[in-house]
Amino acid sequence: MDLAVILQTLLSGVMMGFVYALVSIGLNLIYGVMEIINFSHGAFLMLAMYIAYWLNVMAGTDPVLAAPASGLAIGLLGALTYKLIIKRVMKAPALAQVFSTFGLLVFLEALAHFLWTADYRTVEKTAFSGVVSLFGLRVGLAKLVVAACAILTTAVLFWFYNRTKTGKALQATAISHRAAKLMGIDTDRMFLISWILGGATVGMAGAFLASLYNIFPTIGTTFVLLAFAVVVLGGFGSITGTLYAGLIIGLIENVAGIFAPAFKYAVVYALFIGVIVFRPKGLLGR
Amino acid sequence: MSGRYGLFVMVLLLAAALVATACAGQKAEEKKIVKVGVIYPMTGDLAAVGNDHKAIMELAQEIINGEYDLNIPLAKTRGLPNLKAELQLVFGDSQGKPEIARSEAERLINEEKVVALLGAYASSSTAPASQVAERYGIPFMTPESTRADLTERGFKWFFRNIPYDRMAVESQFKFLAAVRDKGINVGNLGLLYENSLWGQGAAQEQRGLAAKYGFTIVVEVAYPKEITDVTSEVLKLKAAKVDTVLSTNYINDAILFMKAFKEQDFTPGAIIGLEGGMVAKEFIPSLGKDAGYVLTTATWSPALIETKPIVGKINAMYKEKHGKNISAYQPHAFTAVMVMADAINRAGSTEPEAILKALKATDYPGESLIMPWKGVKYDEKGQNIYGDVPILQILDGKYEVVFPFELASKQLVWPAPPWSERK
Repeated sequence: MDLAVILQTLLSGVMMGFVYALVSIGLNLIYGVMEIINFSHGAFLMLAMYIAYWLNVMAGTDPVLAAPASGLAIGLLGALTYKLIIKRVMKAPALAQVFSTFGLLVFLEALAHFLWTADYRTVEKTAFSGVVSLFGLRVGLAKLVVAACAILTTAVLFWFYNRTKTGKALQATAISHRAAKLMGIDTDRMFLISWILGGATVGMAGAFLASLYNIFPTIGTTFVLLAFAVVVLGGFGSITGTLYAGLIIGLIENVAGIFAPAFKYAVVYALFIGVIVFRPKGLLGR
Repeated sequence: MSGRYGLFVMVLLLAAALVATACAGQKAEEKKIVKVGVIYPMTGDLAAVGNDHKAIMELAQEIINGEYDLNIPLAKTRGLPNLKAELQLVFGDSQGKPEIARSEAERLINEEKVVALLGAYASSSTAPASQVAERYGIPFMTPESTRADLTERGFKWFFRNIPYDRMAVESQFKFLAAVRDKGINVGNLGLLYENSLWGQGAAQEQRGLAAKYGFTIVVEVAYPKEITDVTSEVLKLKAAKVDTVLSTNYINDAILFMKAFKEQDFTPGAIIGLEGGMVAKEFIPSLGKDAGYVLTTATWSPALIETKPIVGKINAMYKEKHGKNISAYQPHAFTAVMVMADAINRAGSTEPEAILKALKATDYPGESLIMPWKGVKYDEKGQNIYGDVPILQILDGKYEVVFPFELASKQLVWPAPPWSERK
C-alpha cells in the first residue's frame, strides 16, 4: 500500500478522533461526577447542530463561529435538565435515572421532528471551504478548522478541569461525594457545573459538526453510539482516557476503512465489547 | 328550586336533540369507506422520505375522493364509483426498520382492516411487510422498492411498479456500452455501495453484467450506511485507479462521498449512481456546483414537470399546498395510490380475490401517469413490464436526460472535468 494513502488515513483518523473525543467528553464528565449516564447527549448534539444551522440561515454566521452561542444554549439546557429532572431522580433507583434521560432524548428528537420536519438540512454559507495541501496530504479546510477547534476546546476543558479550583473540586466530587462535602465543597453546585460543562462541550461540538454533516432530527444517534464506545474504551470518569480513546477509535475506524470498509463499525464495536469483557474500567478508568 | 330543575332538564333535552340531529346528519352523509394501508418510515433517519410520500399520497386520495378535471382514472368522479365508497389511506410508521414494518403490516391488516397495502420504501422493510400480506392474502404493492429478488419469491399477492434494480443496472451497462461504442474510454470500474440488502443486491447484478458486457471491476468498496467518515473508502477507490464509479448510496452517504471525492481530488471519468441518494431532493442543494456531472439512473426526472402536461398539473396542485415541487420517489407513491384505487374500483368489491384479479388485469394508460412510462401492466411475477430507466446527468444544477441518446435533453459530458478546473 502506498505511503501517502497510509499517512492520509492516519491524518484523517486523528482529526476525526479529536472530534469524537470532544463529542464524548461531556458524556463522561457528567458520568464521572454524578454516575449518571446522560442518554439525551445525542439530542443535545442534534439541537446544537440546529442552532448552528439556523444562525447560519438567519444571520449567515459560520457554524464554527456559532459555537459559543450553541455552547451557551446547550450548557443552559444542561443546567435546566439537571435542575428540573436529574435533581428529582437522583435518589431514585438507577433505572429511573436511565429512563428519565432516555425519555428526554425521545422528547427532544420528537420535538425537533415536529418543529423542523425530518428534512435533511445543510449549512450553505460557510467561510471555510476548499481544500488545503499539507505535505502532499489533502484535507478539507472545513474539516481542518473543525479538528483545530475540537483540539482547542478540549485543551481549554483540560486546563479548567486540572488547573482551576472549581475543576479540582469537580474531581474531588467525582472521587467521593461524601468526602467532598465534608471538605466543604458544595456538591450540588458541582453537579450543576458538570451538567453545564457537559452541555457546553457537546453544544460546541454540534456547531463544529454542523459544517461537515447533514442535519436531521436523529443525527445525534449516529455520533452518540460512537461516544459510548469512546467512553467505555477510555474509562468511565476519565477525561484524559476519553481523549485517547477518541483518537484510537478515529484511527481504527479509518484504518479498518481501508481494509474492510463494510466492517469498520463492526471492528470498533468488537473492541467496545472486548474492553467491557476484559478491562471493564477502560484504559484509564478508576 | 323546581324552576332551576326545569331549566336543567330543558338544557339537557336541547343538548340531546342537537346530538341526535348531528348524528342523523352524519348518517345521511356517511359513505362506505375502503381502507388502504400505507407503510413508510415516518420517523428515524429515513423519515424525510416517509413524510414527503404521505403528503403526495394524501393529494392522490383527495383527487380520487373529489371531482377534478384531470385525465386520470377516478379523478372526474367522486370516490370509487363502482363501490359507492371513499378511499381512505391509513398510514403506519416502519421507522425504517424491517421488524417494525412487519408488525405495522400485521396491525393494519388485523386492526384497521385494510384491503390492500402499499409501501415500504427500503427493500429491507418491504420484504418482511409483504410477507405478512402474502400470509393473510392481501395485495401488497410497492411503489419504489427496487431490490430485484422481491419479485422472485413466487408471491401471489405482490406487485411492483418501479423497474427493479436489475433493469436499472442493465440500463447503466447499456449506457456504458453505448458510450464505449462512441469511442469514449470507460476504463476500469469500481463498485461503491452501501452494505445492506439494496446495495449488495445491486453489486451482485453489476458483477454479472460487467462480465456480460466485457467491463473489468478492479475494486469493490462496501460500507455501512450510518457512516460518519468516508476518507479511507475514497482513498481505496483512488488507489485502485478507478475510471468509472458505480455508486449505490442513500442520501447522507452520497453527500459525504461527494465531499470526500473533492477533498481527496478524486475525479473519475464518471460517477454513475443508482437512483437513491443521487436523485434525492437534498442532493443538489446540499452540494451546489459540486454535484455537477454526476450521472444516475432515474425512473423519474423533474424535467417531466415541464415536458409532460399531467405532471405539471399535479405538481402545481402539490406546490400550492406544500410550497415545493414534487421530487424523487414521490411520483411513484402517487402512482401506486392511483393504480391500486383503479384496481379496487374495477374489482367492484373489497374481496381480496376480486382485487387480485383486477390488479392482474391492470392496463393503466401511460398518458395518465406522472411517470415517463408507457403504462402499468404486470407480468406473472407482479412486475410492471412498462418501466423504463433513463440516465440523467446533473448539468448546471439540473437533472438532464442524457441517455437514451435519442431522448437526450442535453449532451452528455464525459469525462467529467477534474475538480481543479471546475468553477
